[in-house]
Amino acid sequence: MVSGLINENPVVYERKERRARSAPVETDEYAEDLIDQLEIFDILIQYNIKDPEHPYSLEELKVITEDAIEVDDKQSYVRVTFTPTVEHCSMATVIGLCLRVKLIRSLPSRFKVDIRVAPGTHATETAVNKQLNDKERVAAALENPNLVEMVDECLAPSFA
Amino acid sequence: MDSSCEGRDVELRELQRLEGHTDRVWSLAWAPPLAGSPPMLASCSGDKSVRIWQETPSGVWDCKAVLDETHTRTVRSCAWSPSGKMLATASFDATTAIWELVGSDFDCVATLEGHENEVKSVAWSTSGMLLATCGRDKAVWIWEVQPGNEFECVSVLQGHTQDVKMVQWHPSADVLVSVSYDNSIKVWAEDGDSDDWHCIQTLGQSCCGHSSTVWALSFNSTGDRMVTCSDDLTLKIWDTSDNPSQTSSGRCGSWKHLCTLSGYHDRTVFSVHWSSTGIIASGAADDAIRLFIENKDSSIDGLSYKLLLKKEKAHDMDVNSVQWNSKEPELLASASDDGTIKIWRLSGISS
Repeated sequence: MVSGLINENPVVYERKERRARSAPVETDEYAEDLIDQLEIFDILIQYNIKDPEHPYSLEELKVITEDAIEVDDKQSYVRVTFTPTVEHCSMATVIGLCLRVKLIRSLPSRFKVDIRVAPGTHATETAVNKQLNDKERVAAALENPNLVEMVDECLAPSFA
Repeated sequence: MDSSCEGRDVELRELQRLEGHTDRVWSLAWAPPLAGSPPMLASCSGDKSVRIWQETPSGVWDCKAVLDETHTRTVRSCAWSPSGKMLATASFDATTAIWELVGSDFDCVATLEGHENEVKSVAWSTSGMLLATCGRDKAVWIWEVQPGNEFECVSVLQGHTQDVKMVQWHPSADVLVSVSYDNSIKVWAEDGDSDDWHCIQTLGQSCCGHSSTVWALSFNSTGDRMVTCSDDLTLKIWDTSDNPSQTSSGRCGSWKHLCTLSGYHDRTVFSVHWSSTGIIASGAADDAIRLFIENKDSSIDGLSYKLLLKKEKAHDMDVNSVQWNSKEPELLASASDDGTIKIWRLSGISS
């Protein structure tokens, strides 16, 4: 039987134990509260952004890991590097779009966000990266009701 | 604080911030001066509307009209006819609307359909007789303006391999230039004998072209040079010593790469515009506006351009459009993802 799925049997990893956030020693309310790697990771996995074709979260599939997030709050810059589960994953652009939408909705508007697939993990890496970082194409995609529905479904809170 | 590279007091001062759009502002167009009418500026936005701004006698810019309920998706581009009486607006809804200024109202008098999906740019030829549109369907359409607000498609130009980001007409000849997501620049002209339009030149990477999406282009006032800007973070100046409509035999013909301005912008350069006095403005995803002028002191390798001024944090977000006013060449308008438009005045330039 043909399932029609792009990746029928994805490897599912156990969710990693969260790195405990160290409690602030002093409570200087004027101290800058900078957005860091863990916070971005939390934004991206807290509602378990789901793989478009599996019930697993992107964290469980190791599509995104904490290490793949670079953030520089002072420069208002975030780069997320994700790893598609298979080299020919046609869902890569949808996953990338979900990550971008989640960050647009969560971060202050001053942030510049770059999304890319990990080098060497996708057959059409350059094309996927170019599309994900063309804001005109992203804007047009987000006016497409079918795509928006797909993105919203991936981003829907599951609290599982 | 401007960082000027001139050592003179060159300053780009913000005159006014125009608020009203409820989404990113994509594009701007100054209306050609109409006798007896105050200056006007059109803006278009992701909020699906077009706004017309007008200068009041006290010098303040006010929103005079909001053109909505026509386009059903993002309005990506707007362009005034040379007479200043018509405005064309291109939308992601696959249509281009034509608005006519009747008294003080704008009436939608025509809707041009034909593109398969998003229309990304619209431009009137200098004669006002031709209109060009381009879009995600990789095509460039040429429309002839006929009496009674009729627009007839005279050519559909295929050649780009990816979506076409912008079209612009040469300031004097009926020559069209398009720029694309396929990284190339194409020059189109009418074949004298067959009335058919052809690509007469492609400026790709092999001709010192861009290495990523080309977002915009602008001609200088005489039309012997053009500037393009790209996702590769550079601006490129192109020069033609020949007639721009002359068909080139080689792959790199009439238009030749003159110089590349690199190392200035940190993120994608979305907009570039050449003023009538020769100053190039660029707007980018690094929120900054930069101004460049020809470096006339350079005796080493001929012609080059240098940074005149850098306006950091010109907007709170990406700068999508920069446009010089043709009548008052020191006036610059900019539009941003932050939903605002700014009017700037450049001072301290000795002409």
